[in-house]
Amino acid sequence: MRNLLAALAGGLFGTGLLVSGMTDTAKVQGWLDVFGAWDPTLAFVMGGAILPMAVAWVLTTGRHPLLGGSFPAPAAPKLGHNLVVGSVLFGMGWGLVGLCPGPALASLTFGGPPVWTFTLAMLAGMVVAPAVRTRLDAVTAAA
Amino acid sequence: MPVEWIFGLVGGLVIGLAGAVFLLGNGRIMGASGIVGGLVDGSGAANRAERLSFLAGLVGVPMVIALLFGFVPPNNVTTNPALLIAAGLLVGVGTRLANGCTSGHGVCGISRLSLRGVVATVFYILAGALTVVLFRHILGII
Repeated sequence: MRNLLAALAGGLFGTGLLVSGMTDTAKVQGWLDVFGAWDPTLAFVMGGAILPMAVAWVLTTGRHPLLGGSFPAPAAPKLGHNLVVGSVLFGMGWGLVGLCPGPALASLTFGGPPVWTFTLAMLAGMVVAPAVRTRLDAVTAAA
Repeated sequence: MPVEWIFGLVGGLVIGLAGAVFLLGNGRIMGASGIVGGLVDGSGAANRAERLSFLAGLVGVPMVIALLFGFVPPNNVTTNPALLIAAGLLVGVGTRLANGCTSGHGVCGISRLSLRGVVATVFYILAGALTVVLFRHILGII
């Protein structure tokens, strides 16, 4: 049942990405292109996605997930170097090509070789990320 | 209102619904980079099947839509391999360091008023915008 619901969520996520146009790198780069032909579509997508999620978070109070377990506790509001450095690196890659993990995976079957290349490089980046994190922690601890 | 904005809003609502299903049903946060990353580095071995099922839906359903309805949206993606590899590496390393991407920090974090989600989103949007300015308007590469 957990797997079925997970597949349903993944399928809805992919459908939403497709419908919203977020698999189109021109739209994403257009959103980031504040000095060019700025495209506000992404703001509508974000706004639309945050609405049902905000309702869902409200519904979690005093309840348990339908399939058991407990809801994820809020992360400590700690803003470390990993959060900032990681987000900056991610933003750079996002801007360069206009793909982030969700849309890359959603368009994997029809996006063609460029999407496969990007996704393979992304997976490689995820493989080395723990080592990068260790290094970064050592550097900031020494500083 | 341009039709792209309406499609964006409707698609966004579906994305939020997906996140709500995963949260209220499975008790999990719908973050694409976290779900994949946990499989790649082994940190998510405890709920491997759940992660794989989510990914099967995420990859498979758009494929079915593309096949059934002949709906293949343009992706306008670059064919420059150096750009694709550099961007993929940056996205892979960055999202794992930051513990989240557009879906985890952006959609699931902001909707919970998470400080980390808001800060991450500000930084990746700023970095993305500066990258586009530099590589499009100054260097003329993208």
